[in-house]
Formats: sequence, C-alpha cells, structure tokens
Amino acid sequence: MFSINHILEPKTLKEAILYYDENPKLKVIAGGTDVLIHLHHGKLEDVELLSLRKINHLDEVKLQEDGTIVIGAMTTFSTLFRDKIINQYISILAEASVSMGGPQIRNIATIGGNICNGAVSADSAPSLFTLNAILRLESKKGVRMIPIQDFYEGPGKVKLLQGEILTHILITEDNYHEMKGKYIKFSNRKAMDIAMLSVAVTGQVEDEVFKDLRIALGVSAPVPVRCSKAEDYAVGKECSEETIKKIGELALSNARPRNSWRGSKPYRQHLINVLTQRAIKEIVFKGGGKDDEKN
Amino acid sequence: MKEKVIGNRASRLDAVSKVTGKAKYTDDFFEREMLVGKVLRSPHAHALIKHIDVSKAKSLEGVEAVITHEDLPKIKFATAGHPWSLDPNHRDVADRLILTDKARYVGDSIAAVVATDHLTAEKAIKLIEVEYEVLPHVLDAEEAIKPDAPTIHDEKKDNIISSFGQAFGDIEQDFQQADYIMEGVYETSIVQHCHLENHTAYAYKDTDGRIVIVTSTQIPHIVRRVVSQALGLSWGKVRVIKPYIGGGFGNKQDVVIEPLTAAMTLSVNGKPVRYQLSREECFIGTRTRHAIKFYMKTALSKDNRLKAIHIKAFSNNGAYASHGHSIIMSASSKFRPLYHFNSVKVEPKTVYTNLPTAGAMRAYGVPQICFALESHLDDICKKLKLNPIEFRKRNLISLGHVDPLSKIKVRSFGIPECIQKGKELIKWDEKKKSYENQTGEKRRGLGMACFSYFSGTHPVGLELAGARIVMNQDGSIQLQVGATEIGQGSDTAFAQMAAEVLGISMDMVRVISTQDTDIAPFDTGAYASRQTYVSGAAVKKAALEVKDKVLKIASRKTGLKVEDLDIVDKQIVEKDLGTPLCSLEEIAMLSYYDRIHAEPIKSDTSENIRTNAVAYGVTFAEVLVDMVTGKIEVLEIYNVHDSGTIINPSLAEGQVHGGVSMALGYALSEKLMFDEKTGRPLNHNLLDYKLQTILDTPKIGVGFVETYEPTGSFGQKSIGENPAISPAPAIRNAVLDATGVQFNKLPMNPQAVFEKFKDEGLL
Repeated sequence: MFSINHILEPKTLKEAILYYDENPKLKVIAGGTDVLIHLHHGKLEDVELLSLRKINHLDEVKLQEDGTIVIGAMTTFSTLFRDKIINQYISILAEASVSMGGPQIRNIATIGGNICNGAVSADSAPSLFTLNAILRLESKKGVRMIPIQDFYEGPGKVKLLQGEILTHILITEDNYHEMKGKYIKFSNRKAMDIAMLSVAVTGQVEDEVFKDLRIALGVSAPVPVRCSKAEDYAVGKECSEETIKKIGELALSNARPRNSWRGSKPYRQHLINVLTQRAIKEIVFKGGGKDDEKN
Repeated sequence: MKEKVIGNRASRLDAVSKVTGKAKYTDDFFEREMLVGKVLRSPHAHALIKHIDVSKAKSLEGVEAVITHEDLPKIKFATAGHPWSLDPNHRDVADRLILTDKARYVGDSIAAVVATDHLTAEKAIKLIEVEYEVLPHVLDAEEAIKPDAPTIHDEKKDNIISSFGQAFGDIEQDFQQADYIMEGVYETSIVQHCHLENHTAYAYKDTDGRIVIVTSTQIPHIVRRVVSQALGLSWGKVRVIKPYIGGGFGNKQDVVIEPLTAAMTLSVNGKPVRYQLSREECFIGTRTRHAIKFYMKTALSKDNRLKAIHIKAFSNNGAYASHGHSIIMSASSKFRPLYHFNSVKVEPKTVYTNLPTAGAMRAYGVPQICFALESHLDDICKKLKLNPIEFRKRNLISLGHVDPLSKIKVRSFGIPECIQKGKELIKWDEKKKSYENQTGEKRRGLGMACFSYFSGTHPVGLELAGARIVMNQDGSIQLQVGATEIGQGSDTAFAQMAAEVLGISMDMVRVISTQDTDIAPFDTGAYASRQTYVSGAAVKKAALEVKDKVLKIASRKTGLKVEDLDIVDKQIVEKDLGTPLCSLEEIAMLSYYDRIHAEPIKSDTSENIRTNAVAYGVTFAEVLVDMVTGKIEVLEIYNVHDSGTIINPSLAEGQVHGGVSMALGYALSEKLMFDEKTGRPLNHNLLDYKLQTILDTPKIGVGFVETYEPTGSFGQKSIGENPAISPAPAIRNAVLDATGVQFNKLPMNPQAVFEKFKDEGLL
C-alpha cells in the first residue's frame, strides 16, 4: 500500500504541462522505480502524482535527418538496450542500459526518470556525459535545451525549473560519428545492483593517436563528472601504455569520491584510476588500435 | 518386477501447484474484515523506556488497538525451535517479552498497532510518543564481555549467555609434545537467510475462544507451545496451521512473530489480524547467523599428524538469546568426527550485544567453524609446504570411530571417495600444474574443504517424529506427517518411502502438506537436517504397519501365511514365486466392506530416534582473482556428498544447488552492516545486502558417494543443510592458492580484498 492521494494520467504532453503548471506540487512519475521506493520508505507521503505513461510517442528512439539521435524520455532501458539505432551508433548507452537493475526494472524504468532522479549512481549518466547529450525540457513557458553536464546540481538534485518536464535526450552526430565507447559498471553483483563506481569512455583513435577522448565518472563526486584534465592531456597523444596510465591518474583530479560503507574513498580512487585505464584500452582495441592490450 | 521408488527422480508432489501459482501460502488466506498489525521499533540500540504515550495513536480513526508491554502478561519466554525439555536445566533462555520494556537493539519491538489498513497503522505508529533514556551500547562480542561494558539483560550482568565448553584428552600434554604448534584467527560475518517469503502470520479467536494462528513456520507444534507460554495459556488453547512456506533456512525455526500476532487479535477481542514483516523489518527483526570469531591453536607431530586442537570462540548472539549457546555447541560437536585428534578443547563464549538476534541458520554454527578449521588447515599446509589434500587424507578418522563425548559412532564413511571424486571433477592435478608461477592481472587458484555433519540433534535433543496413514478403497493412501515441507522436498521423499514399502506407485500417495496442530501428528518440525533420517523412520514404521494389516487380510483371504506374502506393483503376490494372488484394491475393499471383518486400514505411529548418523562432504572450487580490482570470481565449484542412500537425486541436487548458492554469498559478498556509533543497520534491504544473483552463480557441480547408513530407515543420512557448509573455506583456500594471501575474515568482497591487498603490499 502506498500513500498516494491522487494520480493524473494525461494523454498528451500539452495536457501534462498544463496540469503541472496549475499545480507545481505534483510529483512527476515515469516508470515509478524510484518514486515508489521513496513512497515505500516513507520519504514521500500523501502525494499527488502526474504520470507520463499514457503520453504517446515519448518512448521512441529516432534518428533525425541531420544525424541527431533523439531519445524520448519515457524510453525504457529494455527498449534502449535492444534498440537498433542505439546499438549501431552509441552502443555505450546500450551497455549502460542493460547493466541497470534486473529485467523487471529495465522493463519499466525510463531513461528520463533515471536522469531526473539525479542519483550519482545513475547508469545512464556517465555515457550520456561522454556523448555530450542535450536535454530538451518543456514547460508552459516554452522549450529549453541544456547540456546534461549542466543539469546535475547535487545528490538527488537536478536543475528542473518549476513546471518543467524532460521530454527528450538528443545526441548530435558529431558526438558519436567514428567514436567508440565503453561503459564499466563496478558493483558487487553482476545484476540487480547499483554501481559502487562507474566509468564511461567515448573516443576516437586514429593512427594510434587519441583524436578525441571523453571520460565520465559515476559515484565519484556529488554529481556525475567529466574528467577534463585527463581528456585534455590525452588528445593528440599516442595511445601507449604509458599515456593510458597517466590518463588514469589524471582522471582522479576531477573526482571527489566519498568515503562510505558502500565503498571507501581510497578504494574508489583506486578504481577510478584502474577502471579508466581498462575502459580506454577497450576502445583502443575496438578502434582498431593495439589489440594486445585486451584483458 | 518390483519397481524401486527410493532413488528415483520422482517429481515434487507440489511442483504443479507451485509453478502454476495455485499453492496457497499464508498470505493467500483471507478472513472477512481482516485487520492489520504494525510494530513501532526502537531507533536506539540500547535505551530504557521511561514512558509511552499512545493516546494520539489510539484516537486516530481506523485504529482498533494500541498495545505496549504494559498491556501484556509479564512473562519472559524463550523462542528457539527446540523440543521442550522436562529438565529445567536443559531449557532455552527465557529472556523475551512480547513487546519489550527496554530497547536492546535498533529495531526492538516497543509497541504495536492494530488498524483497519496498512496506511492507517503506519500513521498511528508515528503518533506513538516514547520517552527513552539512551544507554551506551556495545556491538562487538569481545567488547561486550569487558568489565565496563553496558549490561544488556539484568539476569546476565556480564553479557555472557553461556561459556559451557567441550573437551577430551590431555591437551596440555599434547601441546607439550608437539613438533609444531600453529595458530590462526578466523572470523565470520553476520548474514541473513533471505527466504523469499518474509515472516507473516494472521490470528483470530475461533467460536470456542481458542486462538488460531496461520503462519509461515518450520515448527508449528513448537509455535503452539511458545505462544501458549508467552501468553500464559493452556497449550490446547492455541491452534497453529502451517500452509506452504516460501523458505525458512532456520529463520522460521524460531517463534518470531506469532506471540505478538496472537496478542494483537486478543487486543481486538479475537477479530482477525494479519501481521507481516517488510523485507527491511525481516532483516533486523527476525534472526541472523551468528558472527563468530575463532582463535585456533593446533598441535602437530613432525609426521604431519594432527594431535590436538584448542579453539576459543566468541559468538555474537545479539540482543536476545534465541538459540543462543546451542549454535556454538553444535559447531564444536559436529566438526569432530572428521579428523583424528588425541585431544580437543573448545572454549566458547556466547555473548549478548546490541544487535539483531542471531539464531538458527542453515547448518547451525557449522559453516562458521568449518571456515575457521578448513582455512586453518590450509594455512598449516602453506607453512609446512604440504599438499592440502594429502594432509587431510592422512588425518581422517576411520569407519567405526566413536566420538569420546557424544558417543556418536561412524557407521558409514564415504569422505575418502568424496575427496577422490571431487579432485577428478575439477581436474585438480592437471590445473595445479598449469597455474604455477602466475604473474598476470588475473590469477587462478584451486581450493578444497571437507566437512562432517549430523542427521538430527541426538543425543542433545529429543528426536520424535509422527506419521499417519489411511488407506483408501482403491489402495491409495493419505500420508500425514508432523514434519514440515519447507521447500526442501520432504513430502516427496516421504511419499517415495511409503510407496516403496507398500508396493504402490507415487500417484497413489497423497501427502497432506498442511500441518494443523489440531490434527497433524506430533513432530517438532523442519530443522537439523533431520527430516529424511528421523521423520523418514516414522513414515517407514507407519507404512510397515499398514503393509502388515494388508497382508493379514490377504492371508485370511488366501490361506497363505503373512510372511509368505508381499505387495508388488499394487498386487498381493506370493513372495517366493512372485505370482499375483489378488489386487491391493480387493484387499482395501474388504477392509471397508467385509460384513464380518471390515476395519479400514490405517496406522498412527511415532518414532523416537536415539541414534545419529554422520554425513560427509567436500567442496572443490576454482577461482579467478582480479589482482587490480580485488574482484573474485568462482569459475567452477563441485560439492560431493556422502549422505548415505539418496532418496531422490533431483531433490538432493536441488539442496546442493541451493546450499552452495547460499555459501557463495557467505564467502564473497553477504554481510549485514551496522553503524558503529548508533548501532543502526546500514544495508537491511536486498539492494545493499549483496545476496548473489543467478548471474553471479557459476554452474554448480554435484556429486554423491552413496554409502549405506545402517541406522537410516533406508540407509539415508542428512543432506538439507550440508551443502552450505564447506564452499566458503574452499573458495578462501582457492584464493590463497591464487594469490598467496590468507583471507581470515568473511566475506571476501572487493572492498575487503582491496584492503587486504594493500596491507600485503600487492597494490
């Protein structure tokens, strides 16, 4: 039994935005895999819910003519990891999607919900950070587009303005064309677990040189972060064992991992370093670089 | 041809009803206008309750009752699922009230609400005002016995529940004469059963004024006794019904929620009340497995023989006694009939702390001591550069061994063959060679561990079991047992036994799976892996009695002597010739309708088993250790068991799969964590408590070495708990083999491995 007073289930986005504008106290619910847990734990009570589940076409992945991939916020993780467009162009997001929860959770949890919940462990975040994803937010006032890097504010906090609903996630062609990606989720279990730490790497290797490299970390700071120092260092360098080692060390400079019973600070720092290196080696391998680096 | 039923892969009797969702569990039963019970739990690890104000909660609409310790009888009772002892010195510690008058751990039950629905009950809980005087708390067993530690129960000022130990031989002399003395400290963590179905029950008063409790339990007859004792009622005033249950693993071999459920219905004049625990409540408000710290010291001779072992153990029992000292006593008895020692001395202390109560959990103290002993043996081998398999084989006891203290005699002994079989299954010699001198980021290793275990609790506990059979007109039977089916498959095994004795097919045996204390035969329940061995003997006795009655009628009909007759494939046959004389159905019809001799065939028997049978087994494991991240992966694992005759290989394999799976978590990831400063649980949910998933589980290899146990009714010994015992030390020893690092503390989760690797200078 959940302490829910009322639920609104609009059939169009327009209708939803109107409801939300009229009553800012509404709690937006997508798949419900976070909201219902908050209710179960008593963190939310007597809520009035605004469900987005009945809105059509918010759960689709599309490739626009200009090469931009558009992901509806209500797309579930099951859909994502099976989607042809995702697997063909941004397989790193498929890797992240299938690592999330278990089959039942993936069938209902949505990428929009995952982002708006603001968890530092959100599996979708590091990959989207490396893909420079743009979020499309809509309210009665209009549409706002913001980079995902600017969206996270703190643990469980995102920069949604009053009455705003996340509708789509956009990834432009220049952010995935010729790129390879790797997501490493480090957790105690192989399924149904949250990340103790996660690393996403997207990059391009040409003639054994890092033409582009983007590294993002989850559970390494109050919000998901990009490792700008490591990235700046890498670009233009030969992808040697030595360079990769240095990148791993530099990745730490953007991280501020917590000491908690889920994982100690020294351990998380160690993991950031070694997992960044492993992820990079994976893309070097995928990118046609040195194949002796695998393992 | 006589078809053998024992040893067949008969399908579970409840398979279809369970997979189709038709099997009814406690929560599938409903009464009209059922009320909901909820409990207010202590936020403090240790606190006096100065005052409780329930007035606001009581006045909330929809609240029917609010109760505290002041509303209930001031009777302290014991909760452990043991048979009652007529000897007052042999009883469990009675240290509980239904609702406590002092908070002894975070989660202790302070007050209860009965309301029309769940949300109202939750709201009412928040309206109860409790004034606490917070006391200092203690979480560690060794800390709790220091003189300045806070006293948790006034009856035990020093927090020691018991320090009764076991010893034989001249240990001082053996240590004096030893060529080597080896020492090691080993520690296990607090884990939980995590049965799928949380504790749940409902209760009401029937028209005779008796309390009826439907509950998810392993021990219905004991629940009846304990509820009666807790409420000060005559035992016949309580009726307990146990339908299908979604797992117990020892956590329901304890009377956890039933006394309060009964008190709840009494508070609303007998209206039905359901009390279910959430997963979070189940983690802290039921039972856990004791964390035990062992200080092991072993004497050896220079020909590598074990001479003496001295074990000091500190068993963290949490806030209430529950099974208490029985756990460490079980541990210190059951490891003995495996390796030969001249002398053994176990000095245990079972200690109260301000943590959730530890109780029975699959293999009852033995996974803990097996981890300590088998890790210790490998540490000895490492130091003395010995082959761990040869060292163990050299020190095994032999058939006919009699334990000097328990007097239990080893009458079947398959462990040498188990070791051989396990070694071959994992290709030990071949792999050992190829894994020498590894230097890479990922390293492989092999390890093994042996165990011994009992079948039931004799001679410590009473081992009484009841079975009843009624034969129908067509020769089929109803079999009723007091022993409970809790998923282990005992009903099916019993049906096979009855079918075997009576010469009928499995589809002619209907086992009444529900135990209702009004009508079920007396049996103390499912625990101690006693079922096939102890209750199986009662089933055989009942079946033999029925068979004898059938043959007597057949004898009267045919003129042949009873001893010349047999039942084979539903036919009465002449034993020597095998020729059919008449059908079993004809005899059954006579028993119902013969105008002169009609007397339906039935039996109603009990067996009091006064023997024990030692079962054995071994685990072989291969691991892959990531030297960089600290992650350990089990690549292969084999459990080989000597459990005597295997009644049903499919069910026995199922037990092994489940037990090994539990032990994988014990070894690698499971640990219930608490905040040192507050005593609050940190990870009491299935996300943060790292129970292994199917993707974490390697293919589990199973082998049996079938010995014949002469005291088993069909040659059988225990199998239920056994598979959970030896995997953890086998995995630990495999990690030792792969890395050279001794992990002396469970679990070996990535964080712990990282820290240990750091300490060892590997990172």
